[in-house]
Amino acid sequence: MIRSALDAISLWAIPVLLVAIPLAGMLRKVKVYDVFIEGAKEGFDVAVKIIPFLVGILVAIGMFRGSGAMDLLMAAMRPLVAPLGFPPELVPLAVLRSLTGSGSLAFTTDLVKTHGPDSVIARTAATMYGSSETTFYVLAVYFGSVGVRRTRHAVPAALIADLVAAVAAVAVCAWMF
Amino acid sequence: MYIGCATITNMLNYIWFGLMAIALVVAAINGTAEAVTRGAVESASSAVQIAIGLVGIMTLWLGMMRIAEAAGLVSLVGRALRPLLRWLFPDVPPAHPAGGAIVVALAANMLGLNNAATPLGIKAMEELNTLNPDKDTATNAMVTLMAITTAGVQLVPASMIGVLAAAGSTNPTAIIAPTILATAAGTMAAVIAARALERFYPVSAPAAEEVRS
Repeated sequence: MIRSALDAISLWAIPVLLVAIPLAGMLRKVKVYDVFIEGAKEGFDVAVKIIPFLVGILVAIGMFRGSGAMDLLMAAMRPLVAPLGFPPELVPLAVLRSLTGSGSLAFTTDLVKTHGPDSVIARTAATMYGSSETTFYVLAVYFGSVGVRRTRHAVPAALIADLVAAVAAVAVCAWMF
Repeated sequence: MYIGCATITNMLNYIWFGLMAIALVVAAINGTAEAVTRGAVESASSAVQIAIGLVGIMTLWLGMMRIAEAAGLVSLVGRALRPLLRWLFPDVPPAHPAGGAIVVALAANMLGLNNAATPLGIKAMEELNTLNPDKDTATNAMVTLMAITTAGVQLVPASMIGVLAAAGSTNPTAIIAPTILATAAGTMAAVIAARALERFYPVSAPAAEEVRS
């Protein structure tokens, strides 16, 4: 029941919104098309404005991965987290998740295939992936769009949240499955 | 003390440089210089592809948001959730359009409307920037919004349900409940961390300038 309701929401949300918003405008006597164009004009500028920020972040991460440093970092972290009950198979995912969306998706898919889709590892990996966002991508896009370069406590706060989410995913899955 | 704060404030500079410097050192040891070059070049062009890929969807949602604003929908949503916004973003004046924009962006994130969430989040960021006295520096409200967004508030982890289902899972939606619990924990941590850390990262310019003046 809940599941089909959720499916229906994700299926209909966009088309309904795309009609409901202009409908509300029409009811308020807004010249919907004119106003739409006016707002839409900003789209290109915003997308172009984030390019330097995105290139900066993604290039650094791409070099780090390419050199093999990412693998070293993960290998170094394994013995540190194993005594805490954090499954070593999932350590790379915890690191990758904040850095690269496509990389962590590929890694999760691989874990699901290797361990079987109904294994605790696969479910925990899926939960870890689903319960977080690609922090450095969001950082580049959000602050890039407004040209902010001094991000203050954004990076530490976001990384603390990522760590808590990863630990919570492991704990909740160990408890539920 | 001020110098210490200024150093921490530039964390992203250190992380950015550190990633590349470490890559060079590791490449020298592993002999992976070629892969580092490829990583740099491919990432640069994929960054542009991502940004250009956003143009269409960005244009669509920014246009829609302008209609929603003109129709009074954004401020309506903002008013409805005012107590929550007051608590999360104390620096945003109650009647400011940033409130509504933040709510709309977070709602899109929660529903997993990925292609709507990014443009709406950027829109909320721009609204917050109108309250920003120093355009180079993030405000507390901006950091809180960004931290909540990276915590990934999402009710239905659609892509993961898809991955599990494709691999032949008997019950792919079993991860919905744990995902909501984990993302709730992460979001709480994001809010608490953002609010607790803000005092250690003052908005003011680095100490050197203060000494000079």
